[in-house]
Order: sequence, then C-alpha cells, then structure tokens
Amino acid sequence: MDLTPIWLTLKLATITTAMLLAVGLPIAWWLSKGRSFFKIILEAIITMPLVLPPSVLGFYLLIAFSPQHGLGKWLLHTFNIQFVFSFQGLVLASVIYSMPFMIGPIKSALQQLPVSLSQASYSLGKTKWQTFIHVLLPNIKPSLLTAIVLTFAHTLGEFGVVLMIGGNIPNVTRVASIAVYDSVEQMDYAAANVYSLILFSITLVMVIAVFIFNKYQLKSPLE
Amino acid sequence: MISVEIEKDLKVYQGRQVLKIAQQFDTGSITQIYGPSGSGKTTFLKVIAGFIRPEKGTIKVDGTTWLDTASKIFLLPQKRMAGFVFQDYALFPNMTVRQHLEYATDDQPWIDKLLSIGKLETFIGHKPEYLSGGQQQRLAILRALATKPKILLMDEPFSALDPEMKSGLIAELKLVFKEIGTTVLIVTHNPQELEGIEDARVLVS
Repeated sequence: MDLTPIWLTLKLATITTAMLLAVGLPIAWWLSKGRSFFKIILEAIITMPLVLPPSVLGFYLLIAFSPQHGLGKWLLHTFNIQFVFSFQGLVLASVIYSMPFMIGPIKSALQQLPVSLSQASYSLGKTKWQTFIHVLLPNIKPSLLTAIVLTFAHTLGEFGVVLMIGGNIPNVTRVASIAVYDSVEQMDYAAANVYSLILFSITLVMVIAVFIFNKYQLKSPLE
Repeated sequence: MISVEIEKDLKVYQGRQVLKIAQQFDTGSITQIYGPSGSGKTTFLKVIAGFIRPEKGTIKVDGTTWLDTASKIFLLPQKRMAGFVFQDYALFPNMTVRQHLEYATDDQPWIDKLLSIGKLETFIGHKPEYLSGGQQQRLAILRALATKPKILLMDEPFSALDPEMKSGLIAELKLVFKEIGTTVLIVTHNPQELEGIEDARVLVS
C-alpha cells in the first residue's frame, strides 16, 4: 500500500494553509475596513473559486502557466520555475482555490468587531499593527481557527483543479483525492477505501476539534 | 489651553446638519458637554480624539496643532493619545482587568492606584463579560486614565453607576485629574449629574 499520496496531500494542505494564513490575514483585514469599488471587485475575484467549476480554474491556470506560452514561458526561462505538472503548481492552484475559505470567515469576524475597539487601542498610543495583533486577532480566534481548518480540509479534498494543473504523477502530484479516483478506475476498491477512510478520518477529527475549541472558548470565564 | 474650532457635517434622518463649535478649554479644567440627542456631542469628542475628520477646523493643544484643515495637518489618534471613555465602554474581550491597564502602561504603582480608585482590585483576573455594567464602566475610565492623558474625553461615563458609587468615584477622580493635570470634557445628557464639579458647561445643539 503506497501512502505517498497521503503524505503529499498533508504536505500540500499544510503549505497552502500556512501561505494563505500569511497572505489572507492582511488581505482580510484590509477588506474589512470600508468599501470601495476596487475592494468589491477584488472580493468578487477572491470569491470566484467558490462558485466556479474547479476544472475551469484549473484550465485557466494550465494555460496561464504553460511553459509554451507567455507567463509560464517567462517564468521558466527567467527563474527556471515550472508550475505545470509540478508540486509548486499544486501549491499555487491550492492557494488560489482555497483563498475564499481563509479570507471569508476572517473578514466577516473582523467586520463584526465594534470599531470602538480599534479606536480605544489607538487612543492608548498603539499602532495599527499592535492593535491588530493584541486586540483584533485575539478576539476573532474562533473564526480564525474555523478559517484555518476549512482551508486545510478544503485543500485535502481538492480534485479538479489539482488534476488539471498537476496531472497524476506518482510521488510528485498524485495526491490522495486523485489516488482514490485512480484506484477506482483500476478497480482497486481496497486501496480507494484506505485513502478515502484516511481523508475522512483526518477531516472529521479536525472539524470535531474546532467545535470543541469554540465551545471551550465560550465557556472560559477567566484567563 | 485647548482651542477647538470645527465644522462637521452630520448625517441626520432625511437630511444634513452642521456641527459648529468654537470653544476654548483651560488646561486642567473640567467641562460638561450637554445637549439633546443627535446634536453631535459624541462626534465632537471623536473629532478631538482624531477618530473623525471634520470638514473644516483647527484644534490646538498647549501650542501643538492637532488639526488644521487649511494646512492639511492631521495628527493621528495614536499621537494625540487623548484618553477616551466610550459610551459602549469598548473593553477588549480578550483581556482581563489588569491586562487592560498593562496594555496601556508599564507603570505598575499607577496601575495599582487606579485599581484601588475603581475598586477593582479583587477583579483583576476577570474578563469584561464577567464584570457588572458598573464595573465595566469603571474599568473603561481607569483604562483611559492609565496613559495619564493631557486631555480626557468621557462619553456618558457614569451612566451605569449607582448614586453612592458615582459620588465616591467622582470625588476620587477629581483628585486624579488634578494630580495628572488633565483637561476633562464630559458628555452627559443629564446636566445635574456633574453639578458642582465642573468648571464650565458647553451646550451642543
């Protein structure tokens, strides 16, 4: 039984979640403050993967980063980076595809915090960054955790987009969801079942952990 | 001396009105700001703190220009460091009573003194949601005083306190205001609330 697809999936989900946390937090914070036409357009673009068929997104990424054309050709010749049929391509696609799952909950939670919290912090001489780290972020902990888990779990389950840009290369781009599909095609139901059961178990444990954490958060009266 | 001259458009139901205030406040004085609901009392305090930008005006505090719309000078709220007691308290849900004060200042003896004034010494480990309304309001006042601000802006600061607690706290606060030499502006809908302790009254209408 080859467990490489499981490890590859976990590696992909971890890297994607970490990258999205770093990128998504400042974007969500910025989007939560005020409205402008540019912000509305950007938010719509970020939300697109929620409604777009994954194969459509994967197709456009495949075209955009193909080493035979424009951007992909330039990246290959200038930096020797190839996104198509490579693990870094899977990371790029996953970051784009899972972005709304990270940004959405964080942005909503930040918007629900009273503006007076930030103002109170500013009046104490604290910078925007200090206010974000010490006041805003700790008060959206449940939403932050939900965003992290949703992003991780969503990346675990990606299929269409990773198949389009990464293909099915063993030990490189053959993640668990593709391994399930591949095993079923080869009538190897036992292997498909093992992959599926592992994915199912990981996801279930994570979701239960979030529920327990959020319940504990609500019940903690003191430090 | 604090000198304020501002014009700020206010959005009101079915139209607009202009908040116009030109006023000077002596350093160390206590001024009551009163007026009907919706007249712009809170907006006035927020303009001084730097949370809201007025269309026109100047604010000068002890010779320093905080705001001058003609010269495009706007000092950020973080630089003004005006103590502010919010009507909704704006306490940080993630912080305990002591953490609120430690977030504002490193001066431990001052923190201990404030806790004693607010009678919150036995609640230092409690987060805001486990404090009563009166305790929350006292914490909001103490936090605003923690930085020893030049100017203290208080929006309905005693509304949740019982009369006995209110009179005791006001007496102690007067001494603190004098000690740190802060200029205090207090918004209240009840002009009798501060009778005898204020140096001046300003009507916003």
